Amino acid sequence: MAKAIGAIVVDVERCKGCQVCRVNCPTMTIGMAEEVNGKGYHYAYMENPENCTGCTNCAVVCPDGVITVYRVKQ
Amino acid sequence: MDIKQIIKEENQVYRRTPLMTEATLSYCPGCGHGTIHRLIMEVVEEMGIQSDTIGIAPVGCAVIAYDFMDIDMSQAAHGRAPALATGIKRLWPEKYVFTYQGDGDLAAIGTAETIHACNRGENIAIFFVNNGIYGMTGGQMAPTTLEGMKSSTSPYGRNSETMGPPYKITEMVAQLPGTYYVARHAVHKPGPVRKAKKAIRQAFENQKLNKGVSLVEFVSNCNSGWKMTPNDSNIWMEENMFKFYPMGDIKVEGKLVNGD
Repeated sequence: MAKAIGAIVVDVERCKGCQVCRVNCPTMTIGMAEEVNGKGYHYAYMENPENCTGCTNCAVVCPDGVITVYRVKQ
Repeated sequence: MDIKQIIKEENQVYRRTPLMTEATLSYCPGCGHGTIHRLIMEVVEEMGIQSDTIGIAPVGCAVIAYDFMDIDMSQAAHGRAPALATGIKRLWPEKYVFTYQGDGDLAAIGTAETIHACNRGENIAIFFVNNGIYGMTGGQMAPTTLEGMKSSTSPYGRNSETMGPPYKITEMVAQLPGTYYVARHAVHKPGPVRKAKKAIRQAFENQKLNKGVSLVEFVSNCNSGWKMTPNDSNIWMEENMFKFYPMGDIKVEGKLVNGD
């Protein structure tokens, strides 16, 4: 069966660190960064990039629309 | 596979719609307003009606929605968005006209405009964001505040005996003959977001039919006003708000779903 491999790109400076993407990620890919962005928020990043399937769930719930999703099938 | 090989233009499956401007949203972290803005703009993009859509911004947190949506917009006095939308739609009946209002705007100060626009059956779409509180001004009690819910003007919880019970304006206007499509949705999880987007699309499509008002309510969170983290507020919303404001269609094609 073809396996989907995904990756997300977070617009770090626009991210407000609300964590809505983190709890809605079905594969526990997303974590919050230790460091903060220019506004002082702990932004989202791919903590476990090997888990990502590119399902776009994080991007559709992100209130600020900071996530871009990429997906390839292998 | 290396991440650099995945992150390529041809593999992109989701990106923020270009119809949202580059301006950073003024909403609190985790607020549903941003998601609803983006969904409306995604529908406008998919239908290819950017130059034919006119939006009306309310008074409330979304007062500067015109900074975030890259379409023609106007901004109405508090609660008067349906009246302004009526005027614009009657002047340009071929344009797609929508209002974007919160519960303080639509269900409190603008009750008369809302009810009369719905009763006249104006051919507009109304997007109603209900977070049970006056968010922008500091979390005061709204008509939609749940019984027992604490707000800055009901610090011991809303008491129905003295403050009146909360009311469902969406079910109320569904009883009026002028409404064609009435539904209630939420945007706190991916599934509900996708359903909400379909409802927005339906509301825009209905304007081609000239059959009356399409009103979509979004039950949303106000984590700042509710004094919770975004995730806690979403859980609280599921456990409390959804009991009183159930999800789903209320009126489809001019007929009440629970046909009584």
